[in-house]
Amino acid sequence: MSIFEYNGSAVVAMVGKNCFAIASDRRLGVNLQTIATDFQRIFKIHDKLYIGLSGLATDVQTLYQRLVFRHKLYQLREERDMKPQTFASLVSAVLYEKRFGPYLCMPVIAGLGEDDVPFICTMDCIGAKELAKDFVVSGTASESLYGACESMYKPNMVTYYFEALGLTHGKTMEQGANCIGVQKENQYKLLEEPEELFETISQALLSSVDRDCLSGWGGHVLLVTPTEVQERTLKSRMD
Amino acid sequence: MGYMCWSSEIAYSGGMARFAADVPTRGGFSFDLCQRNEMLLKKGNQLPTFRKTGTTIVGLVFEDGVILGADTRATEGPIVADKNCEKIHYMAPNIYCCGAGTAADTEAVTDMVSSQLQLHRYATGRESRVVTALTLLKSHLFSYQGHVSAALVLGGVDITGPHLHTVYPHGSTDTLPFATMGSGSLAAMAIFESKFREGLTRDEGIKLVSEAICSGIFNDLGSGSNVDVCVITRGQTEYLRNHQLPNPRTYVSSRGYNFLKGHTGKTGEPYIPPNPRR
Repeated sequence: MSIFEYNGSAVVAMVGKNCFAIASDRRLGVNLQTIATDFQRIFKIHDKLYIGLSGLATDVQTLYQRLVFRHKLYQLREERDMKPQTFASLVSAVLYEKRFGPYLCMPVIAGLGEDDVPFICTMDCIGAKELAKDFVVSGTASESLYGACESMYKPNMVTYYFEALGLTHGKTMEQGANCIGVQKENQYKLLEEPEELFETISQALLSSVDRDCLSGWGGHVLLVTPTEVQERTLKSRMD
Repeated sequence: MGYMCWSSEIAYSGGMARFAADVPTRGGFSFDLCQRNEMLLKKGNQLPTFRKTGTTIVGLVFEDGVILGADTRATEGPIVADKNCEKIHYMAPNIYCCGAGTAADTEAVTDMVSSQLQLHRYATGRESRVVTALTLLKSHLFSYQGHVSAALVLGGVDITGPHLHTVYPHGSTDTLPFATMGSGSLAAMAIFESKFREGLTRDEGIKLVSEAICSGIFNDLGSGSNVDVCVITRGQTEYLRNHQLPNPRTYVSSRGYNFLKGHTGKTGEPYIPPNPRR
């Protein structure tokens, strides 16, 4: 059995219109036994940059700690946050340094770059970057995820109803609601309108992990737009 | 053991701080995790496969310079990991390099030599020569005895004229008028051997290179998607990214999937991160 199948994982990131979504499963197992159902695989680097790590869980946590350390040093020196492209190069270098004894995990990096243009990227465990414009996947369920994302993905999916109306994303929720004449009481209802990107990434994740014994037991989805971050947990089959 | 010697060497040179914090290293490879990975292997786990570029890469010399070509598929075992990756890497304004083999190795080796060439240009004040890039690549690859698995087609035009070389993972090189590498090299070489002649014009050269890459794309399973071409002449380089797209995605349904609101069940509870101390 491959070392990646020791803990089991599934991570996927998708690009939407001026936003992105990153999702993972929540199972932590030891071969075929499940030992936790709330394992965190997606980590925040800064407000507009997230990294999801699949593979051996111990390396996931070690690598996350090392990368956050390097980013904090960068923040102290440069007095600003790292751009996603720079961070991807950093992760690639950290992984390639261990070329002959690698960290056994595959990162998925997702962030909003300059002008809030979404950036996603994945790498193999020795740092070969793959920059994609639509979606990236990693983990034991990656083969199913490739298939599900390939068929379900559409370009320019939105997260908020008022973005669908073409209003500028620089507005807060209140301003956006005022623009389309919604009363204050109904503002929060606005967020529950069709959110294509959330629905698509969740469906892709859940249908793929259903076909993989080693991942699943719930899902964790983060939707990141220039103004806010939404974290949601998914209900799924618990087997 | 090699691992133990390395760590005590670092301790001796006053680098104990290295183990307390992950400060940026002096460069080169680090073998920290080798012992642990060996232990995992012995316990019956297989180490992961790395992303390879499968690939068909070609180069030829025409009357004014060099033309390089590559396909755009990156594979991970039998799965296509990237449908449109870039295999023609920049080395210098007048030198480009196509890479086959392990993707991380080709990217890292070409980036490293590209930086070394830039520093050399600053030091000498002259345009880089193709043989400089060639020597840097072959000495690096030889010193790692083939473990850095990068097979390259290096081409460029400098003051001494157009040059085309192939570099193998163990560090051997060849200098040729036309060359192919990668899993699709036999398919591409068949086209070159029948149609190549000295003194091709630019358009004929591009057409021949595209034909050779297409032959690799259609006949070799490790190569696919699109054709990238790079034309290098004295004083000018043209990188024709996706010069041909012989495999468009025509089966997409225009309706797509439409998921209704609430399609995906949510637990509704607020998310509590498992490690509140972070």
